[in-house]
This record gives sequence, C-alpha cells and structure tokens, in this order.
Amino acid sequence: MTTEHSGTGGAGGGAAAAVRVDGLTVIGRPSDVEIVSDVSLTVRRGEILGLVGESGSGKTTLGLSLLAHGKRATAITAGTITLSGEDLLGRSEAEVRRLRGRSVAYIPQSPASALNPALRLRVQLAEALHDAPAGGGGVDARVREVLREVALPDDDAFLARYPHQLSGGQQQRVAIAMAFIGRPDLIVLDEPTTGLDVTTQAHVLATIRALTRDYGTAGVYISHDMAVVADLADEIAVMYDGKVVERGPARRVLATPSHPYTAKLLRAVPLLKTTGHAEAAAPGEDALLRVRGLRAGYGKADVLRGIDVEVRRGECVALLGESGSGKTTLARSIAGLHRRFTGEVLFDGAPLAASSYKRTAEQRRRVQYIFQNPYEALNPRKSVRDLILQPYTHLAGRPDDPDAVVGEALERAALPAAYAARYPEQLSGGERQRVSIARAVATRPDLLICDEITSALDVSVQAEIVKLLRGLQDDGMALLFVTHNIALVSNIAQRVAVLNSGEIVEYGPVGTVMSRPEHDYTRALIADTPDFELSFSESPLHRTIQGAEPRTRTAGD
Amino acid sequence: MTAATADTGAPAAPAAPPARGRGLLRTAWGYGRTKAGVAIAGAVVLTAVIGPFVSPYAPTELVGIPNATDVDGTLFGTDQVGRDVFSRFLHGGYTLVLVAVTAALAGVAAGAVLGMAAGYLRGRLDDLVMRANDMLLAFPQLVLALLVMSILGPKVWLIVVLIAVSHAPRVARVAREATLRVVEQDFVKSAEAIGVPRWRIMAGEILPNITGPLLVELGLRITYSVGLIATLSFLGMGLQPPIADWGLMINENRVVLTVQPWSVALPVAAVALLTIGANLITDGLARASIGIDRGVQK
Repeated sequence: MTTEHSGTGGAGGGAAAAVRVDGLTVIGRPSDVEIVSDVSLTVRRGEILGLVGESGSGKTTLGLSLLAHGKRATAITAGTITLSGEDLLGRSEAEVRRLRGRSVAYIPQSPASALNPALRLRVQLAEALHDAPAGGGGVDARVREVLREVALPDDDAFLARYPHQLSGGQQQRVAIAMAFIGRPDLIVLDEPTTGLDVTTQAHVLATIRALTRDYGTAGVYISHDMAVVADLADEIAVMYDGKVVERGPARRVLATPSHPYTAKLLRAVPLLKTTGHAEAAAPGEDALLRVRGLRAGYGKADVLRGIDVEVRRGECVALLGESGSGKTTLARSIAGLHRRFTGEVLFDGAPLAASSYKRTAEQRRRVQYIFQNPYEALNPRKSVRDLILQPYTHLAGRPDDPDAVVGEALERAALPAAYAARYPEQLSGGERQRVSIARAVATRPDLLICDEITSALDVSVQAEIVKLLRGLQDDGMALLFVTHNIALVSNIAQRVAVLNSGEIVEYGPVGTVMSRPEHDYTRALIADTPDFELSFSESPLHRTIQGAEPRTRTAGD
Repeated sequence: MTAATADTGAPAAPAAPPARGRGLLRTAWGYGRTKAGVAIAGAVVLTAVIGPFVSPYAPTELVGIPNATDVDGTLFGTDQVGRDVFSRFLHGGYTLVLVAVTAALAGVAAGAVLGMAAGYLRGRLDDLVMRANDMLLAFPQLVLALLVMSILGPKVWLIVVLIAVSHAPRVARVAREATLRVVEQDFVKSAEAIGVPRWRIMAGEILPNITGPLLVELGLRITYSVGLIATLSFLGMGLQPPIADWGLMINENRVVLTVQPWSVALPVAAVALLTIGANLITDGLARASIGIDRGVQK
C-alpha cells in the first residue's frame, strides 16, 4: 500500500492518520437535540472505516460534518476535525470550499440526483478540477485516467454522454470518478450502493476498495447494511442515537461484538445459505394458487412470458429477481391490480378475473396485498383504526365489535392496541409496515402477497418483520414473498422462483436452489451477494442452520 | 428459537406518541399574513353582513339634494339622485359577497369533481374533460360573461352560473395535477385491490389529500369573483339599479367623483380591502399547504 508521508495528524494516532475526529458534537436547531454527540474517530490512509447505524442514528450528519458541512438547521458546536494535519473546522467558507473536492470528497446515496442532468460527462468530471491550472491537456488526461480506473470507457463518445444515457451502476461509477479525480485525502461514501442490483453493487464495492488502496485515500463508508460493511471495511464504528457505541477492527467487531446493539445488528443480517426449512409443505397437496402460462405486459411490450407458479396452503414461495425482472408485475397481476395479462390464474380451484373489480368479494378478501413502500401505502388522512377497518367493512360487512377487530389485527402485527388512535405520520417506517400487515390480515386472508415489503426498512426492522411473517405462516397463511434480496429468501421461503427478464429461470425448494443452483443467473446472484456468518451466536432468523456451509468473507481475507 | 430475546417483537408500549403535525388551517394561522388577511377581509364581510341592519336609511330613500357632502343626518352625504351614500354602502356589500362566495364555491366544487375524475379515471374521459377545459380557458372570463349576459340579460343567477362555469376549468386543472400526484401512491392501489368503488376512492382516499390546493383555489376564486362581479356591475351588466351594490355605486357616481368623492371612494375601498384580505389568507394557505406536502417524506 502507499504508506505516504503526509502531514501526520498532530497528537499521536496512527502513523498516517488521514482524518481524526475528536469529541465532535452536532446539534439540531431549534430544539438543541444532539444529533451527533461527542464522537471521536480516526481513519488511516488507504483504509476504510465502516460507519454502521440505522436511520436516524446520525451517521449521515457525521459524514457531512467531515466535509465541514451541516444540513439545514444543524450546527457543529464542539470538537475538532483534523484532515491531514490541518484543522478543518473554524475555517472560512472560501477556505473550506477549496478543500472540498481536493482534500475531501463525497459520494452521495443516489447517483441519479447527484449528477447534473444538463451537463455532459466531460464537463461534469472536469468541474471537480476547476481550480487546476488552465490550458494544457492535464485536466482532460486526468479525466480519462480516472474513468479507466473506475472501469468505464474513456473515449470521446462516452465523454459526450449525458447522465441519463447511463445505467444506475455507470452513474454511480461516474460519481465515484468525480470524487477520486482530485486525489482526495478523505472520501465520504454515503450508502453509495443502495438501490443498485447485487451484481452491480459487487463491482462498485470492488472499485471503491481498489481505488482507496491505490490512492492511499481514507474512506468512510456509511451504511445500514452490516453485510456490505463486513465485506469492505477495515474498521467498523457502530452508531446508535448519535454516539459511537462500538469501534474496532472489522474482524474483531464481527466476531466478538461487545455492545448489545452491535450484536443485535449482526443477528438481524439474514444468512445466505440454508438447507431450507424442515416443514416444507407435503408434496401432492392441492395448490391454493396456481398460475399457468401467464403472459403480461405494458402496451405492446411483454414483461412476463410463460410464468408457471404454484403456492400451496401454508407455504411461502419467494419470487426472486432484480429490478426490471417483472416480479412486481406478476404480484400485481395476481392481486388484480395489473389487468393486461393472459393465462390461467386459479385460486382455490376457481379462476381469478384480471381486474380486482371483477372478482367476488370473497376472492378479494382471501387474497391480500402488502405494498413495498410503507410511506405511500397508508392514507395519511386516516387513523390506524380506520385504515384497518376499511378492508374489513368493505369485504366482510360492518363488524359487530370494531374495536375487537382492530385490536386483534394489531396484535397479530405485534403492535399495541393503543396504536389504533394514531395517524401514519406518527409512526416509524417499521410501524407503518406493521399497520399495513395488520390491515391485510384483519380480513383473515388465505394468501398474502408481500411486494418487497422490507426493502425500505432498516436491517433490524426487516428481521422483525420477517419473524412476524413466519408467525403468520405458522397460523396457516400462504405467502407469496416478492424480493430482490436473495439472503431473505432462505430465511422465509420454502420454495423459490428466480425471475430473470420476464421468465422463471429456476424454480424449486429453497435448500436445493441455494446450495445447488442450476442456472447461471442464480449462481451469479448468489456469488455477488455479500455474506458473512455469525460466529458468536445463532441468528434468530433461522430455525435450522444445519448443513450451512461456512462461508466467511470478512474484510481482509 | 434460541437467542431471539434481543429483538423484541413489539416495540415497547409508547409513553407519549409523537405529536401529529399541525393541520393546514392551523399552520396557515401561524403566519402573520393570514391573521392580517382574516382581520381585513373579516371587517369588510362583517360590514356587508350586518350593514343592512344598522344603516340609518333605506337604500332607496331620498334624503336630500343630490351630490351633496354636507346634508344633515348623513355621514358621507348623498349620491347623484339624493340617496344616503353611507346607507347604500352598508346595503351594497351583502349581494356582492353572497354572489361571489356562492359562485366561487360552485366553481371550485365543479372543478374539483371534474379534475379528480379526469386525473383518476384517465383515458377518454380525461381527454374529453381537459380538451373542453382548454376551449373554455380560451375565453377571457369577463368577455364570456359579457357575451352571454348581453344575450340573456343581466340576472343574478346567471352571474353566479357564468362565474362558476368560468372558474371550473381553472380549478379542474389544479385538481387534476394534485390528483395525479396522489393516485401514484400505493394507498389508492390498496383500495383498488379490495375493490372499493371508484367514486368512493375519489371521495375517501383522494379528496382528503388534495384539500390543500383546493382551499388555496377557493380563496383565489373568491377574490376573482369579487373583482368580476364588481366589474360586471360597473359595466352595467351586473346587478341593476336601483339595487344598492358596490360595483354599481362606482359606476353610477363616477361622473361626480370630484364633487362627491365619498360615493365612489367607499365602495372602491371596500372591494380593494376585501380582495387584499382574501389574497393574504390565500397566500397563508398556500404556504401552509406547501409545507404540509413536503411533510410527506420518504
């Protein structure tokens, strides 16, 4: 590694500490709540610090203060940030602006919104070098060099493109290139792979890893996903409620977490490989839902072709695929929300009409749908009680005792009965999703279609929702679990259907598909998913981990 | 299940739930401009409503020589036929405010229904409604009203209908845009999945979520109605003499402005204040509704 000299950080620390944070405190105005309180960190050159925590733990605020930047209505009130031996705080706005991009760079979460849609890549990339000496081929050569380093083409045609002409993965690489182009000492990465497919994510992470090593740049990687951080970071700092509760070498933190919150976060990460669950439904039993030769599309384009799926009573079938694979279209077709499909959909022996409005009330009651985004699935103007009662009253008639119906539904979704009086805006994301579940189970359906219901939630909340769903399944409910997260599949489903560009490429029991995938696409998916195994205790997401192969890939291996 | 104790299934029973965000009206009230608007518009409306009961004379009663400012027993003198200016002023706002509010309410209601139906049901209905809208929008409000009234003659109900009809397409446009944003959200899909009838989805799921822009529209439309009615009266196509009406008063007395300024100044001031007040309220509502829309974060 490039163990460079550099102006070493003042008071001790590592030989080449790129950044030192001491007792940093950030407060929010006007309430004066401490968003980040008394945080101290050190990152050495060429190393990556994984900053892990859930939404609201203050990790993004901390990341931004490393750029001497505060979000609106926040202020840094105490502490020091030393960047390559120079104090970052207490400088004038102009001085800080000179440092940004050259000494410290930032890669935001969403590349699509980080790139200026009106600028060609050439201009966009050269912007970061605006203060370089004018004239000469220096800037242009540097732009091409950094593009090669992030494995993008460096020809003129590519440089003349606009951001919208790139894929999500390419956009994120351009954002990475923009950050590295000024050879910064410190780079702050704010969940840069959220929203990317696992395959793309694997490539982007490898690029980040290689560039920080080659440049001797210190990286701070902000994420809520332990599995990603485990793959990437040299050191891990766990944030909870504005404080760093645990900090240490990645291997040590992953193997022997000392803080209970770290242990909780680690346990919440779903394990990739299992042999499947013992209680898979007995074969031969007649199917509750049977889809035969389904073909669906938008306009003239077919999104799905020749889909055959079966869900038996009390069974969970996972529908696995990346964005654009057509998995949501399939789920919506079954729920009667997507009308443009042909093929046979039999529910309990009777055909389901294409539109939910043409189905019988009984059919609508027995098939319930839970939406991906809990922030959009609940009408903000209705109380939880009204939200839960709506489908019940509409499909099963006015209940004799509405409070009992609401109370029971909330209890099945593991929420206290007092939540009935609340409105969606008073609930967290996880609580909202529980209300969605309560609304769906209130009518006592036989089939629950879950469309990526955990993708908008933190990992630990996701674990709780999965546990809840398994409880519902034990009560005899069949689940169709749509997801892009291969790790969740082994933890909830008995059978899995892998969708790739509109076709099911692999279908079978989870254990078989996970341990002996037959299709190349499935193999690639499994290989690219970051994975690590707990060494300190058993994951509650597992009933049986017998036969799970040891497959530890912590950073540094 | 072994060490599943760490993550408890249910969150701990909450001591105090987080407070709900303040509603639209309450947020709007927080702005100084809204309070000022309510005070100004309220004073004018109050004058219009209780004026007829406290006026010293009947609006058509002759109390002295015309165009005099110093007639005994009158505060602001007499108009061009010798009626008490102050009494006519107190009587003249009632019809204006009533007609303006009725017309604005009818226009906003019709526009909201059309806009929601177009935005939610889409398809051919959307095309039909919006193209018809475009055609109506091509006529300036005032010209349309003058055209029809010159054919059918000036009648109060016709004024209400014409103003409502000319407001509706403008409101429909706003309502449709707001609806398009709401129908993209999954709670509408969720209602569709359980087969709730379309009209109930519009009334129960969509309407409550577009009240912000609709209230702003209502405020705006009331303001415009006041201006339109006053203009129509001034042009002689609105309310007819001898009714006491602010717009009509301006028209009748403008020729004697230099001799008896009160008979023009009073109604002009009232209309201006009402418009300014209503605009201030609308502005407060608009600011509040932007804030609320932003509150639905992801």
